[in-house]
Amino acid sequence: MDRRPQFKDPALAKALLTKIGMLAKDLPEVRIMEVCGTHTMEIGRLGLRQRLPDNIRLLSGPGCPVCVTPGEVIDSAVSYAQMPNHVLATFGDMIRVPGSGQSLEQVKANGAAIAIVASPLQLIKMAEERPETTIVFAAVGFETTIPAVARTIEIAAEKKLPNLKMLVAHRLLPPALSALCGDADTHISGFLLPGHVSAIIGEEVYRTIDELNVPGAITGFEALDILGGILSVLEMLINQTALIINMYPRVVRPEGNPHARALIHKFFTPIDAAWRGIGIIPQSGLALRDEFKAFDAPVLTQGSSTLPKGCSCGKVLKGLITPSGCSLFGSACTPQTPIGPCMVSSEGSCAAYYRYERINR
Amino acid sequence: MNDEPVRLLHGSGQGLQLLLNQVVLPSLHIHEKDGPLEDAALLTGLTGTLAFTTDSFVVNPLRFNGGDIGKLAACGTINDLAMMGAKPHALSVSLIIEEGLLFSDLKSFLNSLRQECETAGAAIVCGDTKVVDAGKGDGLYINTSGIGRVSTPYNLSAAHARPGDCVIVSGPIGQHGIAILAARQQLGFSSTVVSDCAALDKLALTLLEAVPETRVLRDATRGGCAAVLNEIADASNVTITLDQAAIPVQPGVAAACDYLGLDPLQVANEGRFVAVVPEASAGKALGALKRHPLGKDSALIGQVELRERFGLLIQTEIGGKRIVEMPSGLLLPRIC
Ligand code: SF4
Repeated sequence: MDRRPQFKDPALAKALLTKIGMLAKDLPEVRIMEVCGTHTMEIGRLGLRQRLPDNIRLLSGPGCPVCVTPGEVIDSAVSYAQMPNHVLATFGDMIRVPGSGQSLEQVKANGAAIAIVASPLQLIKMAEERPETTIVFAAVGFETTIPAVARTIEIAAEKKLPNLKMLVAHRLLPPALSALCGDADTHISGFLLPGHVSAIIGEEVYRTIDELNVPGAITGFEALDILGGILSVLEMLINQTALIINMYPRVVRPEGNPHARALIHKFFTPIDAAWRGIGIIPQSGLALRDEFKAFDAPVLTQGSSTLPKGCSCGKVLKGLITPSGCSLFGSACTPQTPIGPCMVSSEGSCAAYYRYERINR
Repeated sequence: MNDEPVRLLHGSGQGLQLLLNQVVLPSLHIHEKDGPLEDAALLTGLTGTLAFTTDSFVVNPLRFNGGDIGKLAACGTINDLAMMGAKPHALSVSLIIEEGLLFSDLKSFLNSLRQECETAGAAIVCGDTKVVDAGKGDGLYINTSGIGRVSTPYNLSAAHARPGDCVIVSGPIGQHGIAILAARQQLGFSSTVVSDCAALDKLALTLLEAVPETRVLRDATRGGCAAVLNEIADASNVTITLDQAAIPVQPGVAAACDYLGLDPLQVANEGRFVAVVPEASAGKALGALKRHPLGKDSALIGQVELRERFGLLIQTEIGGKRIVEMPSGLLLPRIC
């Protein structure tokens, strides 16, 4: 009746925690960033932060795709949803996030056409069934979601579906890592690298990031995966090495998934792109290649990437503060009354802290 | 006439007579010899404390692995009575039928309803049947109310948990919610999880007879164990700390929850209760429950402590502690 005992075994977890405690004695303050929102959620769910020695700090990174989506993309999605003969399709997480004005959820209540999908491949059927309607998909997400979007465009091209359009706001993880490491304020000692993204991009790409000169462990999502990732980063710090180690080989192959990457490359080309609360990161976004511009739903407004007043999501996403360091956290800003995107999205750091970790204060 | 649909004309006059005489009453085993249908049932011979409860059932879809809306409508009300230590005595059954529901389906739902009542020893004594236009309902809604006899006055209340007490769950959690999601094909994969939908009257009495000092008994329906345990913690002004490793969860439920990002504690049950008993009685309580087939996987899952800031906490598999929230209403609509 145990839940997948091999990766959740309490006795093994205890042994790993003891080992982490021993290594921590020989180290100064260590700041490990978990880049991925799924890691943030699981760390919260496990109550892991309280089980780590005081000098081992886990910081949440920019790995919640909805949180970093610029306000102008959300504003554009809202505009598309309100156009006659248009349906705005989106993943569910997106609909509560406000841009500079209303959220998709708010305009939906007023009758705007919004469809929540679990996979972009559902768009094909929608576009076929409603040829007179333009289906615009808010294409948000990291390397894990991009291949499915690329595949959707491939099918739409084959089937000649002129009414399917992509509002492309995909973001790439390696350029963000490079920007975080290059930022003098962040003081990151090591990274837990995202298992799912790495399954696509592979190990090698991390080694080509010049600025990434701290240890990194590619980490899965079970308790023992996460503890193993932390342990591996600490070991490297003690040995004064800064390697990229794959601690999730049961899912991540060294070469990643070349087929998925080829699919991305076929349809998209990298561009400089804004991350909400962080700013422009060179070559961290994607645009449709010229041959496929027919599938493009362009961003309609410019320059509303700012955060709601008083929201510190930018600092949270860079690991400069934990959510409880934001003066609005838990008082003005809660999941019922969210102010910033990090509280709205279920994978956002502020939401994860609110849900699981208020006990730590 | 089995595969004929119910039509609007079955809502009154001769049509209603036909629907009642050919489908509803025979399925519920109510016969002419029982006498004519009167405006109200007269219940005789009831003395002492009575329990009275009502519940409406709008589950979608009407059939799921391990049950249907009829079984659910009987068990839901029987269980609400049982949680107050009452023995189910009589039920009312009101049907709101959407035009288009097949006679054969209606029969089978009412049969399952009747079977549960028979097993629990509760008579179906009154009811009502309405038909609404196509598109104005969802096949079938059922309301049941129930009266139960409390022969031994147990002192049960959500406000009675005290520091030191033990928290017991009567079996593996989360099966009903996952079975419903699977039946709606919302899982994204096929699942063999069977709903735990069951009448708990016998199991509850088994526990109460063995441990009359039981303090709290609640069935963990909507919102799952997380909702009832939060309610108990708040009503009793205590903090309950659960032990993650001790909570029984079937592998199929665990896998579905992992995939959907749900916490099994927040997923609905329709045949599980949580009980709070004094620490000294915990062994006796578990022993009694485990001897009953419905309680064979019951487990001690947590401890009641002095009130802290949060009502419900869990000790995780790595020894950390976290909050277990009251689930938000939107998680799983229309599960019962
Ligand atoms: S707590 Fe709310 S306001 Fe503060 S950083 Fe998080 S989302 Fe923004």
